Amino acid sequence: MSQAGLDAPAGGRPGSEPALGARGLGKLYGKRQALSEVSFDAHAGEMVAVIGPNGAGKTTLLSILAGVQRPSAGTLVHGEGAAGSRVGWVPQNLALYSKLTVAENLRLFARLERVEDPERALARMLEQTGLADRADDRVARLSGGNRQRVNVALGLLADPPVVLLDEPTSALDPTQRERLWGFIVGLAERGACVVFSTHVVGEAERYAQRVLVLDGGRLQFDGAPAKLLAEGGSEDFERAFVAFLAKRESP
Amino acid sequence: MRWLLGKDLRILARSRLLVALLVVYPVALALLIGFAISASPSKPKVAIVDETPPGETITLGNTRVGLDEYTNELFDHVQVVRVPTRAQAAAKVASGDVLAAIVIPPDIVSKISSGVSQAQAEVIYNGDALKQSLVRSAIDSALAQANLALSQQIKSVAVHDLDLLLSGGKIGPLGSQELIGLRQLPQTLKAIAARQPSGQDKATLTRIAGFASLAANNLGIAADVLTTVSQPIAVHSTLLHGKRTPLDTYAVVVAVSISLMFICVLLAAGGIALEREEHMLTRLLRRSPGSGGGLVSRVSLLAEKASLGAVCGFVVAFAMLLGVSAFVTLDLSRIGLWVLALAFAAFGFAALGIAIGALAREVRAASLLAFLLSLPLAFLALVPSGSVAVGLYDAIGAISFVFPYKAALQALDAAVNGASPGLGASILHLFGVTLLFAALAGFGLRRAE
Repeated sequence: MSQAGLDAPAGGRPGSEPALGARGLGKLYGKRQALSEVSFDAHAGEMVAVIGPNGAGKTTLLSILAGVQRPSAGTLVHGEGAAGSRVGWVPQNLALYSKLTVAENLRLFARLERVEDPERALARMLEQTGLADRADDRVARLSGGNRQRVNVALGLLADPPVVLLDEPTSALDPTQRERLWGFIVGLAERGACVVFSTHVVGEAERYAQRVLVLDGGRLQFDGAPAKLLAEGGSEDFERAFVAFLAKRESP
Repeated sequence: MRWLLGKDLRILARSRLLVALLVVYPVALALLIGFAISASPSKPKVAIVDETPPGETITLGNTRVGLDEYTNELFDHVQVVRVPTRAQAAAKVASGDVLAAIVIPPDIVSKISSGVSQAQAEVIYNGDALKQSLVRSAIDSALAQANLALSQQIKSVAVHDLDLLLSGGKIGPLGSQELIGLRQLPQTLKAIAARQPSGQDKATLTRIAGFASLAANNLGIAADVLTTVSQPIAVHSTLLHGKRTPLDTYAVVVAVSISLMFICVLLAAGGIALEREEHMLTRLLRRSPGSGGGLVSRVSLLAEKASLGAVCGFVVAFAMLLGVSAFVTLDLSRIGLWVLALAFAAFGFAALGIAIGALAREVRAASLLAFLLSLPLAFLALVPSGSVAVGLYDAIGAISFVFPYKAALQALDAAVNGASPGLGASILHLFGVTLLFAALAGFGLRRAE
């Protein structure tokens, strides 16, 4: 199997301290190897996309990075600049109290996160997610897009230096996706390290500076989207991605 | 933990139907069970066909007794529906209007009065096996009571006649005839024999006097024998194992403990299951790299849900006890013990609830599991010893021991009624059960993460 995709040094910015890193991560579910020997670094202000076919290990990798699951092997690296901070995490499934209002959900988690000024954090998140006018609406009455915005807002309340998003746009329509990506790009521009997984590989090309391709639990590619285009031999990112995987499968 | 508790109380306040069901259902169920325990069984509805001529009397010796005296004894134990013919009675049984019919034949009086042939009444049954068993039991009991009353009457007539035979007295119309008693006979015969010259007549009189003396002595104990035969076993009750609990206050304890169980178990199980269903467990418990711990610890989360169930259950159960005390006499000086028993019982039930919630995947499954587990446990704990086979009772006892209901019932019974076993032992038992289910909940939650 060619290792061409992994020739680039781990992390997009050699020499700079990673905000988050993985060293030889592995995960076993019983006898099934869900993740094997995954290593990479992600830096402040960088957007890293994790893509791959179904069952590639994307959610497993993100949940280990978020601290939801423990790895069976390997270690995590947490940048010194982010020491003491929690990694912000936006799970694939909406994790919200549907009987509480938007503001009550945010206020509760601001308090649980021990944010210094919960009311200020609440106001900031309402403004950033554009949900200020829906603050007193119960989550159960919101549209799928607005619920996802609250889901994202809960992960960002403590202004974390590292944000992990597991397929954040999977339930959204194109307009809602654009709005959400605008918001996420803004986080990276303000210096956050953003690692996200997505099924829509076009989003990886459009928004990420680096792409990690997982297949069968192994990291097959770590580099810029343009490099994946070259590896796949196509100008269309999705075709290049499919061709890249096909080349990997055939000796 | 306080923020989570506040959140849960807010969600609960917004779920009015759930709260109403959580309070109304267990209270209604508990009251029904309480009434079923404390109320005496109702009389079965039975059709009676009395074919005897009106005003017929039974002649026992010199005594005449109206048949009504005995049929009333029978009818006291059933709800009587009088019908004129056997066919109508059978129709009523078949249609389910009555559970059974009793036909009293016209020759019953002559047979009883004859003293040599047994009188017979006919009983007609219908319904399923359980109904038949209950009605048979009620009617057999009623017939036994009537038979007992009749045999008492026969005994007293026989004892009176025996006494007349032994001691003598007046018999016949208006006491026209004087009867010599068997007890006076030996002395009278001996006096006559003493006046006779020696010979065969004197010897014969002396032998007859000896026989009369023997007969008087043996017939003297016949009255006691008749009493024993008419009622071979007299019951004298002695209660062991501590203080006796009045049935109505025991019913209160059962009702309150069942309400407490349902509220605590359902709320605690639902609380944990809701966190899981809304995908909140991972958000709350994940140990973020760099910060070390989760937003809340597993122990805090379980303690919060257990507290939610226990506090709500305690409030409702305590209010029930106070409310019931307006109708049933409860010793209010023991109120401190009520609080102690209710608190330990509430946490025992809540621990069972969090274990169910941690093992179930969603609220509906948790609620169903809570019902399926709680209700049979309550009924098992109420099975009295001796009502089932020894081995089965031991198995029931072992199952009841590892769940909190029986211990909670005993703790409350001890606190409210001062019953045995004492409050200390029951509280210790509840504490152990609480730890067991809390550990099980911790294991379930670790699996769920």
